[in-house]
Amino acid sequence: MAYVSVKGGEKAITHAHQWLAEDRRGDPGVSELEVAQVREQLSLAVDRVMSEGSCYDRDLAALAIKQARGDLPEAIFLLRAYRTTLPRFGASLPVETEAMAVRRRVSAAFKDIPGGQVLGPTFDYTHRLLDFALAAEGGVAPEPAPQAEEPQAYPMPNIASVFRHEDLLEHDVRADEPAEPYDLTREPMKFPADRDQRLQALARGDEGFLLSLAYSSQRGWGSTHPLCGEIRLGEVAVEFVPDELGFAIEIGEITLTECTMLSGFAGSAERPPQYTRGYGLTFGHCERKAMSMAIVDRALRHREVGEQADAPVQDEEFVLYHSDNVEASGFVQHLKLPHYVDFQADLQLIRRLRKEHGERRAALKEAAE
Amino acid sequence: MPTEPVEATASNERRNWLSILAKANPAEVAAAWDALSAPPAYSALRAPETGLVLVRGRMGGAGDAFNMGEMTVTRAAVRLESGETGIGYVAGRDRRHAELAAAVDAMMQAPALRPAVEGAVVAKLARAQAARRDTAARKAAATKVDFFTMVRTRGPQ
Repeated sequence: MAYVSVKGGEKAITHAHQWLAEDRRGDPGVSELEVAQVREQLSLAVDRVMSEGSCYDRDLAALAIKQARGDLPEAIFLLRAYRTTLPRFGASLPVETEAMAVRRRVSAAFKDIPGGQVLGPTFDYTHRLLDFALAAEGGVAPEPAPQAEEPQAYPMPNIASVFRHEDLLEHDVRADEPAEPYDLTREPMKFPADRDQRLQALARGDEGFLLSLAYSSQRGWGSTHPLCGEIRLGEVAVEFVPDELGFAIEIGEITLTECTMLSGFAGSAERPPQYTRGYGLTFGHCERKAMSMAIVDRALRHREVGEQADAPVQDEEFVLYHSDNVEASGFVQHLKLPHYVDFQADLQLIRRLRKEHGERRAALKEAAE
Repeated sequence: MPTEPVEATASNERRNWLSILAKANPAEVAAAWDALSAPPAYSALRAPETGLVLVRGRMGGAGDAFNMGEMTVTRAAVRLESGETGIGYVAGRDRRHAELAAAVDAMMQAPALRPAVEGAVVAKLARAQAARRDTAARKAAATKVDFFTMVRTRGPQ
């Protein structure tokens, strides 16, 4: 039995929500946060909410963050709930990340990757010292970032295409007649899961959960010995075929983070040794998530390369059933809703068991005497 | 799929301006429209409607598709008084953006109206997008580094 619905408490609930609204606003002497400020200045929080909320809309994600008082899983829940109110027009053509207008692209594996190592707007190499200048009121806007004389050339080849001719890295395969990709928003989780289903679940999955799983893998619990083949951040066009037209048009541009992890593969009877790849792709700039996703994707592909699977990160039921923070949060947090009937029933049972226990002990004692 | 060269060119052109209209900022589209000296009257064939498009990625970056998440999209269809119809499909939830994109699409298909928007709206929006892209590409190029690896030696002995 889960919890049962209870009646009453409406007045208390209304009052609690009024207090919540007051607390959300904070000190009225401090100016109110605008949604546009969240969108522009807490942009990585917005990116995480869009990614795990599985809905790309910067303004909606910013509003959700404001409403949730900065509680990102709560904001993700709000965004997921909102998306269920909208009709779906259809599915896009697959985004072509090799054509991305790259703002950042680094390869930790291959120093001389064509197109170069482009740092972009990154926290890497900052000293992680608190910058008290940001706490000063009436701060002046920073100088615009320097611009090179020559713009970065696009498309920028990715790590897979660079080594394509040599077969050192596994190739992405495409079916002649590909099936419609699995859609977790319309179909329940099924096992064994194919890679399309796994990648959709990971793309919606909780960053913290995937980060810890990836870390556990690195520490030896199902290690894939990953090297970071490439991380790229930038904008791609989304193409869609409206029914009215019958041909594809671009309906907008979205920011994506993509990561390819490389893992050595010793080869088998059929396959020569080569690098296998793990793949991560997120909305917005979610680098930690994209890297974690790539490591977990590769770990979950153990069947393809005949690896022994005995670690949590390789167990697809464990990973996929527990990666969604809306589901996880709902199930953990439902425990705080009234369970009075469960508790009442438990109390009766325990009272009876204690009574029987006491009687048995008394009988034993009597027999011993 | 059978293609006729003339039609293919026409749909390529249309594909191009619809893409420019969709990728423009809603405020830029509204400003360009409001600056037109004689914007034509139009009526809604389909009132602006916001929905979702399921965004697909490719497994591994170049493989078969997987569903990564959704994005908000607003669509609209309009008819000009002169009879031409146009559609707009734009990312986000800005209803006027979708409606104006549809109106410009209709005008671009009407030989008499096209000159009014081809330069003042479509080309102008395209230039703004190209400029933003160029700025980002120059900032990116300014952060390009040459990592060098230290040669590790164990020293003499």
